[in-house]
Amino acid sequence: MSSTTHSHPNYLRIFWILLVLTIVEVGITYLGLPKMLLAALLVTLAVWKASLVAMHFMHLKFEKKTLTIVAIAPFVLCVFLILMLLPDIFPR
Amino acid sequence: MTEAVAVHGAVEPAETPLTPESWGKLGMWLFLAGDAMSFGCLIVGYGIVRYASKTWPVPSVVLGINLTALMTFLLIVSSVTMVLGLAALQEGDRPRFKKFMGLTILGGLIFLGLQAYEWTHLITHTLPEHNLSFSKDLFATTFFVLTGFHGMHVTGGVIYNACVLAAVSRGRYQAKHVEIAGLYWHFVDLVWILIFTFVYLL
Repeated sequence: MSSTTHSHPNYLRIFWILLVLTIVEVGITYLGLPKMLLAALLVTLAVWKASLVAMHFMHLKFEKKTLTIVAIAPFVLCVFLILMLLPDIFPR
Repeated sequence: MTEAVAVHGAVEPAETPLTPESWGKLGMWLFLAGDAMSFGCLIVGYGIVRYASKTWPVPSVVLGINLTALMTFLLIVSSVTMVLGLAALQEGDRPRFKKFMGLTILGGLIFLGLQAYEWTHLITHTLPEHNLSFSKDLFATTFFVLTGFHGMHVTGGVIYNACVLAAVSRGRYQAKHVEIAGLYWHFVDLVWILIFTFVYLL
């Protein structure tokens, strides 16, 4: 295990991907796309960027499963939170 | 009895496939998971309040996204300098580590400066122009609570990173401690990526 943690991912490559994704994110807000499509695209891009940071910069890709389980837990709980609050968002 | 325990302990080192390599890292990850819940609640709450409101200003018009895009870029760069610093320290290159860690701290400080500038401009100019105020409009309230909570995390991260830099310089901290500090710093970057999307772009 420890041998894999020392073989670094190519950090600069991740940086360029993140930079391009950020430019794309800002760029598509100027296109005047339909609201739902824009929202879906933006959320996809944000989740993509966030998982790149977690996988490579936070080394989640190279760790034991324990840490991944810990990392995913809050997102699962947030989905529950949204589901629990759905009756308040869509009354009746 | 004690003999049996000693023998038992020696035979079975209580390792499972889920036993983490580093307890320090697990501790930081558990803290971050809790912290992610705080941010998650704030973001979900923001979404609900926004959806339930009859009128909501277009964020990109009121807030402007060019400066914030630059701030996003800054945090990503400081994340990169953090991992490059860690990589340098793991290879035993301490001067290179100090340089990159210094840049990371500088990136955090510039981010905070830009946020202070943004807030000042919003409070004194933009919000009054759009007839919005912190206390009356949920748009402004949620904005300041979310970005403020994140800004405090950046402040904490800058202090944490400065302490780590000092401790490494004195030879008290090694690469493993820097890696744990890095987890926190990347988390702050990760959260900003989400806030940038949900609060500014959407």
